[in-house]
Amino acid sequence: MPAILLCRRPEASFSAALRERFRVLDFLASGEPLPAFLAAAPAAPEPPRAAVVTGGCSVRVDAWFLDAAPSIRCVVSTGAGVDHIDLAECARRGVAVANSGDVYSTDVADYAVGLLLDVLRQLSAAGRYVRRGSWAVQGDYPLGCKLGGKRVGIIGLGNIGSRVAKRLEAFGCVIQYNSRKPKDSVPYKYFPNVHDLAVESDMLIVACALNKETRHIVNKNVLEALGKSGVIVNIGRGSNIDEEELVLALKEGKIAGAGLDVFEHEPKVPAELFSMDNVVLSRHIAVFTKESRSDLHAHTIGNLEAFFSGQPLLSPVQADSVVQ
Amino acid sequence: MRQATLLLRSLGPKCVELMRGRDWDLSPILLAYLHLPASASKFVPPFSPFRVLRPYVSLATRQGTVSSQAGGAPPRLFILLRLVDMSSSSFAGTDCQFTHPPQLHPPPSVLAAAAMAMDSLSVLLLYPVNAYLEQELDRRFSLLRLWEHSPPDSLFRAHGPAIRAVVGYPGHKVDAALLDALPSLEIFSSFSVGIDHVDLSECRERGIRVTNTPDVLTDDVADLAVGLAIAALRKIPQADRYVRAGLWKAKGDYTLTTRFSGKRVGIIGLGRIGLAIATRVEAFDCPVNYYQRTQKEYPNYTYYHSVVELAANSDVLVVACPLNEQTRRIVNREVIEALGPKGVLINIGRGPHVDEPELVSALVEGRLGGAGLDVFEDEPNVPEALFTLDNVVLVPHAVTLKFELKHN
Repeated sequence: MPAILLCRRPEASFSAALRERFRVLDFLASGEPLPAFLAAAPAAPEPPRAAVVTGGCSVRVDAWFLDAAPSIRCVVSTGAGVDHIDLAECARRGVAVANSGDVYSTDVADYAVGLLLDVLRQLSAAGRYVRRGSWAVQGDYPLGCKLGGKRVGIIGLGNIGSRVAKRLEAFGCVIQYNSRKPKDSVPYKYFPNVHDLAVESDMLIVACALNKETRHIVNKNVLEALGKSGVIVNIGRGSNIDEEELVLALKEGKIAGAGLDVFEHEPKVPAELFSMDNVVLSRHIAVFTKESRSDLHAHTIGNLEAFFSGQPLLSPVQADSVVQ
Repeated sequence: MRQATLLLRSLGPKCVELMRGRDWDLSPILLAYLHLPASASKFVPPFSPFRVLRPYVSLATRQGTVSSQAGGAPPRLFILLRLVDMSSSSFAGTDCQFTHPPQLHPPPSVLAAAAMAMDSLSVLLLYPVNAYLEQELDRRFSLLRLWEHSPPDSLFRAHGPAIRAVVGYPGHKVDAALLDALPSLEIFSSFSVGIDHVDLSECRERGIRVTNTPDVLTDDVADLAVGLAIAALRKIPQADRYVRAGLWKAKGDYTLTTRFSGKRVGIIGLGRIGLAIATRVEAFDCPVNYYQRTQKEYPNYTYYHSVVELAANSDVLVVACPLNEQTRRIVNREVIEALGPKGVLINIGRGPHVDEPELVSALVEGRLGGAGLDVFEDEPNVPEALFTLDNVVLVPHAVTLKFELKHN
């Protein structure tokens, strides 16, 4: 069985499934610091040629990592985002990179729509109102607004963004988008820059990956362009939005509300948001369903098996791509 | 589209005259009820306004603006409509202030005549349902506001006999007692979809027209139903509570919920709202099942002959039917058991649709997977046992209307 370097904490079922097919070198279980562990790895009967990593854990796949583990020729990430992987460095060394492909897209798109509806209809805030007994005492809760006829600007029309689009169309929304290049196969209006998209949109959905170009892609100007009745939902990465400016815009009423699953310095959430009823806060859980979990396991194993049998990866990531 | 609404009362002959021989764009029309007053008959040309407007009655009903519930009354001309004379680009009607398009100007003489007729018409507003509505009613009529009189009886004593129209909402019952105090009442307009708060037989006996707003809320309620379903299954308000309580201390702190897309959605009552919900959830690849008294031709939706069967074959059960004697407690213990520990109930109908004590105990005991509730048996009182449940989304029943609804 081929050896793989496991750099994430696996669930029992995933672990079992991996061990059925591969010899698993479990870094996190070893308790050793990464350098010592990696130094020992090539000495094992057969060095690991593939590594399974995840975003948000301590392992960054960069030049240092690849120097320490030169046997690694394929990195499979169990997330969609690959900001923890130096894609250019991997490309230089001919190391193939795969991510979770489409596995999470449906659940993240559902979550984006859920956050948007929550903000617009104030479900969370109204729930707090009911639970503290205010309905009986203070009377009716002010209403939100409906989705029909609203212009939705999607930043990043990839696997997630396109699913969000399909869902919101059914509510009567007008869909428009920004991404690096226009997509000829979609009927939605393309905006070459996010500011112009924001000017013409009632809501923005951030659904792009995080890279050099998209860091703070939603900045002060974009928020001002979105305007006083505008709503923003972020299911990308916290750093896609300039968080300080976002908090300021919300405080000053420059935008109407926000639904946020991600933040720049998780798990730290700006305290000013806690008292705002027009904001829905979540803890980076858009991907976490039982269904996506089991899909992910199957998909990760699929990528590994493809690599070891010399087949093309199921979801390869190119060095210059913006992945979902 | 913003439409101004005109209330023409007893302008039958005038109205007929205006419409005769003109090239009217009668679309869209908000039609409350149309009867020709007997005195108008001599003005009726070969085509009568009723015949002219008749095709548009069904148009208006399809657009779901108003529908008449009472019948067999003395002839009255009662129209809510917007008339645009496309041939001369002038506008005729009463008290017409348009926001869109702004360039139409009504002939002053018509305005004056109409204004005089309308000004003195006493309309009673039961509740400040909407600021715009109140403002417009105030401009056009002699408006009385129930909440400004304490006790309310004093209003009825002083003005009861003069009141010819009442604008109400679900929170105020329209029964014999109220109708006794309003002997001149001709029309009751409810700003709601449901009219279970109105004693229809009493109104019918007294010849009082009853109208509702069947379609203005459809999209809003459908949006809410889907929002509640996603929020309940993905536990969004629970995540929000968690973060606000300062409990998010480490990255990778999560619990697994269940995917919304692809869940089987069962809808009780596939009317306007039920269909709007079906359309939305189809975009999430949710198979749609439904139950109602009669099966219809919906090739993409699966009909079940009972609510229990519907519940047994659905993951999300949505109550979207009107409340009447047959649908009271339509979601009972048996239905809840059939829906099961993984099932989610969404109630955007009325509290009495559901056996609430059963619902609460099923949720607390885990026999039902979750719920999203907009309505309750005894509003504004909500069973406190529900407050601590992660899988229950609670919102206070939205009675007041939104800014966007005002123009219908």
